[in-house]
Amino acid sequence: LVLALAVSLVLALTPANSEDIRCKCICPPYKEIEGQIYNQNVSLKDCNCLHVVEPMPVEGKDVEAYCLRCECKYEERSSGTIKGTIIIYLSVLGLLLLYMVYLTLLEPILKRRLFGHSQLIQNDDDVGDQQPFANAHDVLSRSRSRPNVLNKVEHAQQRWRRQVQEQRKSVFDRHVVLS
Amino acid sequence: MEEDSADPYLPYDGGGDTIPLQEISRRGSNYAMSNGGGAAGGVSSSTHLLDLLEEPIPGVGTYDDFHTIDWVREKCKDRERHRKINSKKKESAWEFTKSLYDAWSGWLVVTLTGLASGALAGLIDIAADWMNDLKEGVCLSAMWFNHEQCCWGSNETTFAERDKCPQWKTWAELILGQAEGPGSYIMNYFMYTYWALAFAFLAVCLVKVFAPYACGSGIPEIKTILSGFIIRGYLGKWTLMIKTITLVLAVASGLSLGKEGPLVHVACCCGNIFSYLFPKYSKNEAKKREVLSAASAAGVSVAFGAPIGGVLFSLEEVSYYFPLKTLWRSFFAALVAAFVLRSINPFGNSRLVLFYVEYHTPWYLFELFPFILLGVFGGLWGAFFIRANIAWCRRRKSTRFGKYPVLEVITVAAITAIVAFPNPYTRQNTSELIKELFTDCGPLESSQLCQYRSQMNGSQAYPEGSDAAATPGVYSAMWQLSLALIFKIVMTIFTFGLKVPSGLFIPSMAIGAIAGRIVGIAVEQLAYYHHDWFLFKEWCEVGADCITPGLYAMVGAAACLGGVTRMTVSLVVIVFELTGGLEYIVPLMAAVMTSKWVGDAFGREGIYEAHIRLNGYPFLDAKEEFTHTTLAREVMRPRRNDSPLAVLTQDDLTLGELQAIINETSYNGFPVIVSKESQRLVGFALRRDITIAIENARRKQEGIVLNSRVYFTQHAPTLPADSPRPLKLRSILDMSPFTVTDHTPMEIVVDIFRKLGLRQCLVTHNGRLLGIITKKDILRHMAQMANQDPESIMFN
Repeated sequence: LVLALAVSLVLALTPANSEDIRCKCICPPYKEIEGQIYNQNVSLKDCNCLHVVEPMPVEGKDVEAYCLRCECKYEERSSGTIKGTIIIYLSVLGLLLLYMVYLTLLEPILKRRLFGHSQLIQNDDDVGDQQPFANAHDVLSRSRSRPNVLNKVEHAQQRWRRQVQEQRKSVFDRHVVLS
Repeated sequence: MEEDSADPYLPYDGGGDTIPLQEISRRGSNYAMSNGGGAAGGVSSSTHLLDLLEEPIPGVGTYDDFHTIDWVREKCKDRERHRKINSKKKESAWEFTKSLYDAWSGWLVVTLTGLASGALAGLIDIAADWMNDLKEGVCLSAMWFNHEQCCWGSNETTFAERDKCPQWKTWAELILGQAEGPGSYIMNYFMYTYWALAFAFLAVCLVKVFAPYACGSGIPEIKTILSGFIIRGYLGKWTLMIKTITLVLAVASGLSLGKEGPLVHVACCCGNIFSYLFPKYSKNEAKKREVLSAASAAGVSVAFGAPIGGVLFSLEEVSYYFPLKTLWRSFFAALVAAFVLRSINPFGNSRLVLFYVEYHTPWYLFELFPFILLGVFGGLWGAFFIRANIAWCRRRKSTRFGKYPVLEVITVAAITAIVAFPNPYTRQNTSELIKELFTDCGPLESSQLCQYRSQMNGSQAYPEGSDAAATPGVYSAMWQLSLALIFKIVMTIFTFGLKVPSGLFIPSMAIGAIAGRIVGIAVEQLAYYHHDWFLFKEWCEVGADCITPGLYAMVGAAACLGGVTRMTVSLVVIVFELTGGLEYIVPLMAAVMTSKWVGDAFGREGIYEAHIRLNGYPFLDAKEEFTHTTLAREVMRPRRNDSPLAVLTQDDLTLGELQAIINETSYNGFPVIVSKESQRLVGFALRRDITIAIENARRKQEGIVLNSRVYFTQHAPTLPADSPRPLKLRSILDMSPFTVTDHTPMEIVVDIFRKLGLRQCLVTHNGRLLGIITKKDILRHMAQMANQDPESIMFN
């Protein structure tokens, strides 16, 4: 989250591409001339009908009447931000999809091959401990520290899996929350 | 100590008075507030030193999942902390810096939350727009641009066809090679449906595997959390990430849902995560909820580009306790979020939301009548939607329909995509539809809604310029709009409540905008063909456009949104901040008030309160009034036939008996009395605190066996010499529980619960303990009085 925040802030402050500004003039139909849209890459002070509408479809005296009906707007965008955002989003989505495929398909197969069938069943029984003192164990055991980093990661992942399983039970199975 | 007198939470200071009491078995009594955490009450007595030597037991003072917090205890803890920091302030420069940091940490949290909400909202907006157009085609020159951005710099756009340019290729062009014709139509149809199904399937799979709490709108649960409920994991990191990602997918799949409710949830997640960086907020549940109120204001602010509307929404709809300090901080959070979103500039024209309208034509008094009619429509639709949606959700909850969430999402997405594609008004993004309906027809517009026959060749009665007679183009547009209206009304009922992030604001506004535009065009045609009626001749000059159908669309949108959510002030402020039309406040207010009155005639709850009741959350609504004349003794437990109240005596129990009481009952707390004969109240002890204290004592102290005496007094009772070591549990005892007498009217009891945020209240009779009233009992009683099912209240 911090990374995404930092990157997006950086992108927001990147200097604008010169192609990212335009002056858009919309001119409605006038006499026999049909409606037209003119785009030009000019700056704010030049964004008016006389600079943008080229070639001018009417002559001489009609130019003023024609230009009065036109509406010119100055617009600016940041294509770098858009590109960066889409790339960040797609990469996070891709990573999540890979992790999801790993969790649902690959991990049971790997576990079964390494540990055998019985271990898998035993893991599932640990969930849903209903003793009144179970929560107390959780609260007090958090103060114990594990020296091994890998053990810590494994422990955190197990705890997260248990939490998600509890959430899934509440939402999807028992329909207790968020129905 | 300055903030105590001005604190609107509690009318009195929470502790510190010494009330001596004649007691035989207790010495040196003082009625100080002993909080979980073990901080001493600050009253001097001979036993004060001993209290200080006891360490606070870790874990006492935290709450279980799906339980309610104790607002009074949390507020007292916070004041303790503040007192401690202030008293140390003068000692050294380091302490002074710490106190400054403590005072300013609130602003820091709120700023970070605003920054994060703005950034995430920008990401969601850009990604949702791009993926939405991915159903249609691709931009070959730059794959990351959506349709509008792809054709931004091209010169081939014409007046009539504003969005055709050669860089944007539809799927039919890419796959088949041709852009027109029945074959390419079918191919476009097929690809549209395929992408919609793929996005919906991905969204529901991600939600199911990673964060099941990320589904739904989030606002009912956030309302409950802000009123004091705990749902662990609901505002966590994984929920935040999954909600952001799947919200984009759900919006892009064409389902009839919006982003606003989920954006409030996302903002609250950011607020929760940042509050964990500061111990002032992470350890105190009441202070955390202040941050969450500010975060929800930031969420609405980025959803609509309406900072003031966001603050008012947070005040009116979401928050439970809203002290004035939170008002200023919420406003700041909303402004920071809006500023960040603006600087990311997702839409390329420096507007925060798409719907900015710029017309300033006046409205006339006779138009109030169709506006009120739109208000009535909004109220009726709101009541109908709430009933239908709750019935469908109840079905999903209790029958086998709810067993297949993934299948349900795919089915709804398939039906939506298949029916929506042929109609150009439902095929496009709902936000773009609303913008098109809000925009008034001027000479520069070329949509099908604006094809009027111009009377330039002049017939006798009307000089040139009155181009208000409708061509067949407008009539076909009206047909399509009516079909779109029916489609949206039906599909939104089934879409809100699916297991993907779904919001309600944009579909309701779309329904209202369609209805409003139809009414507006009808009134315009009426004015044109019957310009000699009294009404029109009085106010409308011949030849001028006096009716703006875009305004009717705006009023209709506000009316429908008000009818379904029953918002009042915040809705009006949001709509006029959205559209910039300050002149139109009176029509908006007329329509919103009418829709609220009509909606209230059918049922007092808005959609969020109805979902809270459906889920059985323990939410005591501050807007409902309790008007019955029952007394406290009719609601309290135990009732006449029940088992007697489970109480603990202050120094009579052994550890074995205590554990037996805890194991055999499932109550959350136990009153502590002096002895079984006198039944006089000492205090209240919570189950969770007792179990944690016993575990801790077993681990840390030696010699605690089942026969050890457990005492809640200051000094141990006299025991024979060979008895095992006694266990002192005084530090977890709440010595000032709230009590009412059995003759207190329930109106006052409900008021006390609401205003103080209590969980339970003890009932005494002539000074002796008689029973207990919990929040669940009150909710059940209210449901019973309203003839609803009292068993649907599930949580404590």
